[in-house]
Amino acid sequence: MTRITIDPITRIEGHLRIDCEVDGGKVTKAWSSGQMWRGIELILKGRDPRDAWIFTQRICGVCTTVHAITSVRAVENALNLEVPLNAQYIRNMIVAAHGVHDHIVHFYHLAALDWVDIVSALKGDPEGASKLGATLSDYKANSVPNIRSVRDKLQTFVDSGNLGVFASGYWGHPAMKLPPDVNLLAATHYIQALEVQRVANKIVTILGSKTPHIQNLAVGGVSNAINPDSQSTLTLERLYAIKALIDQLGDFVHNAMMNDVAAVGALYADWTQYGAGVTNYLSVPDLPLDTKGTTFELPGGYIPAGDLSKFQAINSYQDAFFRDGVKEAVKHSWYEYSGASAALHPYDGQTNPKYDDFNDDGKYSWIKAPTFQDKRAQVGPLANVLGMYAAGHEPTKRHLTKLVEVASKVAGTQIPLTALHSTIGRIAARAVRCAVLHEALQNQWQLLIDNIARGDTRTFNRPVFPKGEVRGFGYHEAPRGVLSHWVVIKDGKIDNYQAVVPSTWNASPRDQNDEPGPYEAALIDTPVADANLPLEVLRTVHSFDPCIACAVHMVDADKRPIVQVKAM
Amino acid sequence: MSILVLGLGNILLSDEGVGVRIVEALQASHDMPGDVELLDGGTSGMDLLDMVAERDCLIVADAVNADGPAGRLIRLEDDNIRMLFETRFSPHQLGLSDLLAALRLIDKAPRRVVVIGVVPQNLSLGMDLSQAAANGRDAAVAMIVDELSRLGSAPTPRLH
Repeated sequence: MTRITIDPITRIEGHLRIDCEVDGGKVTKAWSSGQMWRGIELILKGRDPRDAWIFTQRICGVCTTVHAITSVRAVENALNLEVPLNAQYIRNMIVAAHGVHDHIVHFYHLAALDWVDIVSALKGDPEGASKLGATLSDYKANSVPNIRSVRDKLQTFVDSGNLGVFASGYWGHPAMKLPPDVNLLAATHYIQALEVQRVANKIVTILGSKTPHIQNLAVGGVSNAINPDSQSTLTLERLYAIKALIDQLGDFVHNAMMNDVAAVGALYADWTQYGAGVTNYLSVPDLPLDTKGTTFELPGGYIPAGDLSKFQAINSYQDAFFRDGVKEAVKHSWYEYSGASAALHPYDGQTNPKYDDFNDDGKYSWIKAPTFQDKRAQVGPLANVLGMYAAGHEPTKRHLTKLVEVASKVAGTQIPLTALHSTIGRIAARAVRCAVLHEALQNQWQLLIDNIARGDTRTFNRPVFPKGEVRGFGYHEAPRGVLSHWVVIKDGKIDNYQAVVPSTWNASPRDQNDEPGPYEAALIDTPVADANLPLEVLRTVHSFDPCIACAVHMVDADKRPIVQVKAM
Repeated sequence: MSILVLGLGNILLSDEGVGVRIVEALQASHDMPGDVELLDGGTSGMDLLDMVAERDCLIVADAVNADGPAGRLIRLEDDNIRMLFETRFSPHQLGLSDLLAALRLIDKAPRRVVVIGVVPQNLSLGMDLSQAAANGRDAAVAMIVDELSRLGSAPTPRLH
């Protein structure tokens, strides 16, 4: 038996350590450990709830926007405060554009290099790659000169010995299986995606006034003033500039990304058998279409044991099934609950650190272990896409069917929907969600334009804080899955604040009943060809898009190795 | 000339946020000429790509883990910065170095990169800088003003 430790598995997003026991070429046991303590709760206590979002968007360097949005939703929920339609639409567009951005970056710049061999791409033939692209879509940027220029550029990088982002990838690893032409086509889109993600970011910047930290939120709405005639506000001119950016994004998402993901999925079909893990799926509805949050453009809910026929929808911002269903356990986390040994609801949540060592059978992570209806649950694009599919959401069905059709064509065999419960399934679902979000972004833009045309320019309702205690929760289907903030307000000040973030659900350690979290469960039976180069472990963990929301950033001047792999 | 002064770090973790605090202090004490932009980048990585792209010069203010007393000021330029990030393991760690490498791929990397770093003392939860890091912040502001002046884009001190 071999023990592999990968520490950390991510850097900018925070420290995640994965330990695996490998026996007979397969993972037999796994531990996921968050190595940083997060204490936003302690910073917020006693502060004005109207300011909480400014602090929460500093929790994470990748998910700034999502923590800001969820925070204002939680405080609005506590106050029963309605949000003007324009404000909902503007927030929804920020949410959708951010999601599209995040999913593009995840696939091309985080996950793809686990599957696409850049060195092999150099052996690809631009004409072959272009022809291959043409069989999948009429995406114009798949021209021979475009692809040739990318290959020449990669060759220059490799020749200079300065691989940059491509340094120390797993090039030539036996688990890399794409033919050179496919690698070259994907590498071409990798480089195009760098430009495309700027387009998505521009939409967030125009609406949010600034990135990476948006400035336009307020408890009760947004601070964007709408006046079709004034230059300093959200003008029609700016709105039409956004429309042009949305159209530019769509060409890439629908014609390049969806096909790349389908092709990678088809050519790595064996990976549809690995990585299912926890198949209780939790997602929440998002993009509210009314002022109270009772109707949504995108549905969400709970699927127990992978059975879509048992889908239970979450219906509103007041939904008791969701509100009462969430708990967090600390039996295997470096915390202790005073006066309680069982899992606690977030309103009663406590953050009392109790660190000792990494104990395989005891405490081994700074991440708490959340449960839904006392069960482990997987969150993220796969949970969301399956939930929307089960709810009968037409655009989800259409985009998912299209992706499966393309993948089946490339594979030469019909791929069943059950293949989604896997490592590849998580990556495929993220592309489908990206396409759905892009369509939603177009819709939300139209809804905003139509509402302004009706003469409604309201963007803000003033919050009023009562004496005594009120509680609220806000949720958001973020790029990595369900994010919820829980706030207790006493006499207008924050008394307790808990954030249950997507990676808390997925990267968590064992729970109260010693049931493993989604990463841990998904790693079981993952094949490992070479314990010193555990590419397969990374594939499954990266398919969740890990982000540990602690956002430590520090430059190391002494050139210590940033990541260590130990195989013992 | 297009210059971006980028503050990086997490302001929730005391001195870890010194880079952001440097940019805030610079903004409060000086007016920038038209070709200089200041940005609080927090702990973002690839989200900054659009703002960093196509600059003549990028000046990064950040906490730097190095030998020496807390508050010590460190200036790194070009090749030394590349060395900082030499020890890569996977292509999935998207920090500043990856951002710059990605920009090189599309020929939009800044022509010059300077890192002005402060050695932190206290990285625990909290919003305030240690005294040592606050001294480092003030020295860093002066150093960035010099840097900008040498580039021909001198900021104007605000009168109090």
